[in-house]
Amino acid sequence: MSLDDAFDEPAFVPYLAAGDPDFESSIEYVEALARGGADVIELGLPFSEPIAEGPTIQRAVVRALDGGMTPERFFEFVEALDVDVPLVCMTYYNLLYQYGDEPVRPFVERAAEVGISGFVVPDLPAEEADLLREACDEFGLDLIFIVAPTTAGERLERIMDRVSGYVYVQARLGVTGARTSLSDHTAETLARLEDYDVPKAVGFGISTGEHAAGVVEAGADGVIVGSALVDIVADGHDNDDPTADVAARLEVLARELKAGALEGSQRRSRPERT
Amino acid sequence: MSTDTKFGNYGGQYVPEALMPAIDELTDAYRRYVLENEDGFMDEFRDRIRDFGGRPTPLQRAEQLSARYGVDVYLKREDLLHGGAHKLNNALGQVLLAKYMGKERIIAETGAGQHGTATAMAAAHLDMPCEIYMGRRDINRQRPNVFRMRINGAEVTPVDVGRGTLKEAISETMRDWATTVETTHYVIGSIVGPAPFPAMVRDFHSVISEEIRAQSLDRLGGLPGSVVACAGGGSNTMGAFAELLDNEGVTLYAVEAGGSSLTVDEEAGVAPHSASLSTGEEGVLHGARTKLLQDSHGQIMESHSVSSGLDYSGVGPELSHLVDTGRVKPVTVGDDDALEAFHRLSQDEGIIPALETAHAFGFLEAVAGPDGDGSVEFDEPIVVNVSGRGDKDLEAAIEETEKRNLENAPRMEVFDR
Ligand SMILES: Cc1ncc(COP(=O)(O)O)c(C=O)c1O
Repeated sequence: MSLDDAFDEPAFVPYLAAGDPDFESSIEYVEALARGGADVIELGLPFSEPIAEGPTIQRAVVRALDGGMTPERFFEFVEALDVDVPLVCMTYYNLLYQYGDEPVRPFVERAAEVGISGFVVPDLPAEEADLLREACDEFGLDLIFIVAPTTAGERLERIMDRVSGYVYVQARLGVTGARTSLSDHTAETLARLEDYDVPKAVGFGISTGEHAAGVVEAGADGVIVGSALVDIVADGHDNDDPTADVAARLEVLARELKAGALEGSQRRSRPERT
Repeated sequence: MSTDTKFGNYGGQYVPEALMPAIDELTDAYRRYVLENEDGFMDEFRDRIRDFGGRPTPLQRAEQLSARYGVDVYLKREDLLHGGAHKLNNALGQVLLAKYMGKERIIAETGAGQHGTATAMAAAHLDMPCEIYMGRRDINRQRPNVFRMRINGAEVTPVDVGRGTLKEAISETMRDWATTVETTHYVIGSIVGPAPFPAMVRDFHSVISEEIRAQSLDRLGGLPGSVVACAGGGSNTMGAFAELLDNEGVTLYAVEAGGSSLTVDEEAGVAPHSASLSTGEEGVLHGARTKLLQDSHGQIMESHSVSSGLDYSGVGPELSHLVDTGRVKPVTVGDDDALEAFHRLSQDEGIIPALETAHAFGFLEAVAGPDGDGSVEFDEPIVVNVSGRGDKDLEAAIEETEKRNLENAPRMEVFDR
């Protein structure tokens, strides 16, 4: 499935680590997000050194790896999912590099086969991404890049030259993790991206419907939410809650976030607010 | 901006986007201040590494070892550098550079605590606030250095994830840097990480081989036949090799930690050694493409060594390249042989080496000692880089010695007071 229509209305883009805490529950969690209104789902393929992640997702990665997640299992995971939403694989470069008998291409080919729509690779800056960009073009996948509050000038152009699907706008400096307030960096970064004709999805720190509304009101085409959802998975795991209960809680928060994104765009279009 | 970021296939800049502008800024500063000596940066570095650091360090003949092996053995005494290890060359260089760049805060990671100590000293010397990340397990193995960092005014932040060693500490420091990049400089502790770090750290350490070259020509009438250095990340190795790379007549040995065994328990995700040059496969870790200990899926494996400074799953990209081209020969020495060498150097030469350094001496013994395998015909004279002194390792060395039946170790029962 392609990302083309995913941002027709303000999009809700949730993230979960595939296989957290185990294969079967994780399938149900991802399907709950789809039911809750996800427009794109970012699926983390766990890597042992997640340098762009805060504590919440670091622990999710450990749970998923302990649960036996591997790149091959990840592809099986995607095949087992029953969702009608484009899926983006979020992982680190070494896993793309090691899979198969040459760097990157076999991984992308297999991802295309199971129906992945694109990639986010947080430790792969645009400068090192030629190989992956080529493979994505060959197999018709999108390559999403992250734009940080520090990204400007020549670097911004280089990224926007190579990006497709959507840009991942990092709301603030640092690593992933749920926050209780929004960063001022978001509006600035969005303003810098205004002239580029590609959907802008804001992530890093969004945890409530009100946040989501604020971000979309500030000009985003979508919101990416990871740690706040992963927290629900972690809580359920720590308390031994039934999978169905955890899935229900995920679906509730998903609905709130999606509704927030829609509310944000309404606020934006109200004349008195412009 | 990227100037040349690669060593053959290795190196590069694989870091989160938030860090890329800082890496461009650093590349620019490296070129201007280090390579072009803008504002007299390198002159100031040389003055300070002389007066504060105590350079040049001696090139000393090891009389007992020379007799034991029947070859001329010389010691490059980096253990006599301020702080007790080669690490100060790089730490002082980078903290000074951060100052020239107008940064306000220093962060670093440390394994053995030696790089953390050197960074804390350099930061105090140059009046910069400093925070050091260190794996919980390494904190427990290296308490004297933790005290030294604290006494020099640095914050020491424990890292609990994973096995709590250098690999996790580096990841955590990168996370801090991604949050504070506008005001903070990350003083990376070896020739690892994204470009320009590997080249820049090498340049600050190449003062070691510059001195080896000058001292050898002056005193021995020619260049050494062989240079031997231990390799964790590989900073003392590249420091000792850099100015001799073009002299093909000098054989260069990088001694890695063979740990308890070279075989790997893939199921457990643990390598019982840290020999990434000898056994690793190409991959991407901590910002660079290099040789790594990893499983068949590309997950990074935990490493092991009796010496925390060698206990790392990666290695510098330039060393990986030099090994591929055959210029540097990688060899391994296990925990037991390193401990024996620790005691031998202490007793025979009156020098207590760091456990890291002891690996380099373990290599001489394994090849040329009474039970040596004779696998290598050394080109003479041999210069061994004594990368650091063993004061930091006394507790670990005693504990590890007690676990083994080492013929050459003293009995270490505690005397009642
Ligand atoms: C004394 C000493 N030697 C060697 C090393 C290994 O580092 P490198 O291989 O970068 O020189 C360390 C690291 O902490 C050290 O303290």
